[in-house]
Amino acid sequence: MSIILKTINLTIGYKSKKSVVTIAENLNLNLASGKLISLIGANGIGKSTLLRTITGIQQPLSGDVFLNDQNINSYKPLDLAQNLSLVLTEKLPPSNLSVFELVALGRQPYTNWIGTLNQTDIEKVQEALELTQIEHLAQKKHFEISDGQLQKVLIARALAQDTPLIILDEPTTHLDLLHKVSLFKLLKKLTQETQKCILFSTHDIDLAIQLSDEMIIMTPEVVVQDEPCNLISNGSFATLFKDEHITFDAEKGKFIIT
Amino acid sequence: MFFLDISLGSITIPFKEVYTSLTGGQASKTTWEYIIINYRLPKAITAVLVGVGLAISGLLMQTLFRNPLAGPDVLGLSSGAILAVAIVILGAGFLPSFLNSVLLSPYIIVLASTLGSISVLMLVLLVAQKLRNTMAILIVGLMFGSFTSAIVGVLTYFSSAEQLQKFTFWSLGSLGSLSWTSIAILAVCVGFGLLLSASSIKPLNALLLGENYAKSMGLNYKKARLVIIFATSILAGSITAFAGPIAFIGLAVPHIAKLTFQTSNHAVLYWSTFFYGGIIMLFCDIASQLPGLETTLPINAITSIIGAPVVVYLLMRKRNFQ
Repeated sequence: MSIILKTINLTIGYKSKKSVVTIAENLNLNLASGKLISLIGANGIGKSTLLRTITGIQQPLSGDVFLNDQNINSYKPLDLAQNLSLVLTEKLPPSNLSVFELVALGRQPYTNWIGTLNQTDIEKVQEALELTQIEHLAQKKHFEISDGQLQKVLIARALAQDTPLIILDEPTTHLDLLHKVSLFKLLKKLTQETQKCILFSTHDIDLAIQLSDEMIIMTPEVVVQDEPCNLISNGSFATLFKDEHITFDAEKGKFIIT
Repeated sequence: MFFLDISLGSITIPFKEVYTSLTGGQASKTTWEYIIINYRLPKAITAVLVGVGLAISGLLMQTLFRNPLAGPDVLGLSSGAILAVAIVILGAGFLPSFLNSVLLSPYIIVLASTLGSISVLMLVLLVAQKLRNTMAILIVGLMFGSFTSAIVGVLTYFSSAEQLQKFTFWSLGSLGSLSWTSIAILAVCVGFGLLLSASSIKPLNALLLGENYAKSMGLNYKKARLVIIFATSILAGSITAFAGPIAFIGLAVPHIAKLTFQTSNHAVLYWSTFFYGGIIMLFCDIASQLPGLETTLPINAITSIIGAPVVVYLLMRKRNFQ
């Protein structure tokens, strides 16, 4: 099991002309292959900032992010795209793209100047469609399918990009319980079958506890990474929400409203 | 279509004669020969260049700004040309009369609109490099458009009927009256713009998923955006300079291509827009000079009269407009 991404004494936040806002300090996180890792924390705690920093979109205030032993900020865009793929929360702009075409766009880091798909590209796209079980949708337009199906299509696109690390930003928002569970199970299956590392942020903590290999919990004081059972036993979840009406039941492994 | 455009007009030249004349033979009447070489052929070539160039630049803008209402004019290039020409034609009244005739020669007008387009182009490229937000570029372009119409409005208020008429004629666009030298310059500009656009096919496809996905797939967004804006500027700028502000083609043709081919793949859209642009512009030119009409109708009116119903019809027929 190898480490794909690690952060060394990473401090994240924003720097403007007048002031520096620090969101979290001295993070030492390790993302290893074959692991499904969830990132949880209250709204506004800085999950997005953390994701933006470890994907190289935003500069760290100090410390480093290493992806495959190379500093993330020293990657050329094309090389980075071959090592890291994203699934974002933003809505897709209107277009006539079919599911197949959308997934095939994931091959862009590998195709020639005009984007022609060769045999390998088509095989990779086909493989991604099979892994996410959406082959039957391939010829549909992307606006004709449900939210749950679209999420799978976007994951298939990331798979087609053929990177050791996939990062998803809140992939389960807008989905009902059934589709949330099926999406989590899909992510779990993908890490096991492809040995990729998948990191995702989520607010579905109960489900994340049951299905993640590891979790990263962000609170204003600390950021911890560990296996879910250890996090439960050392009481990390209790610090997640600063509200007397929400408590964590360690035995049941879920939050209780009092 | 091309031959038809040369054949039809206030004087109809038989198809066969057009063919013989263009393939190097001798037409049976020397007047026909004269009309073809000096009038109809340059006009048909201009129509193709204008149609293709405007249509492609419209396609680029619609994808870059993720806005189906975008066209080549959103960058404000034609506004720049309009402003410069308005100043020359309408402002000529403020100058001593001996300068008047010099200022109003066709060459000066082409020069003015070229300068107008180029200065806005420089402004747009500057803004594009400063601004991180792509939508802000769109707004700057639109603001410049309103600013221009305001200035033009003020200028018309102070100008004579004759000047107004001249300006109105120019603003209705014209495919004719271009010399062979002008056509050559226009062809080089349009050709260069089309090459740049073709090199942007892959980035344009990436942009279908939005800016952030495009970046995550290895696209150098800033560079791609600059190339796309530069290509549009050179296409729309040179065309406006030589043929006046021709409306509608840039907005409508990409939609006609998208609706008939039902795709967003720019490798397909590029060529379909390319051919539709040329064919539709030739068609509009034929309509503007139908046999039986003594005069040539303004091309700008024709493009909208023909184009608007076509887009509405296609929209009604194919509901999933994207």
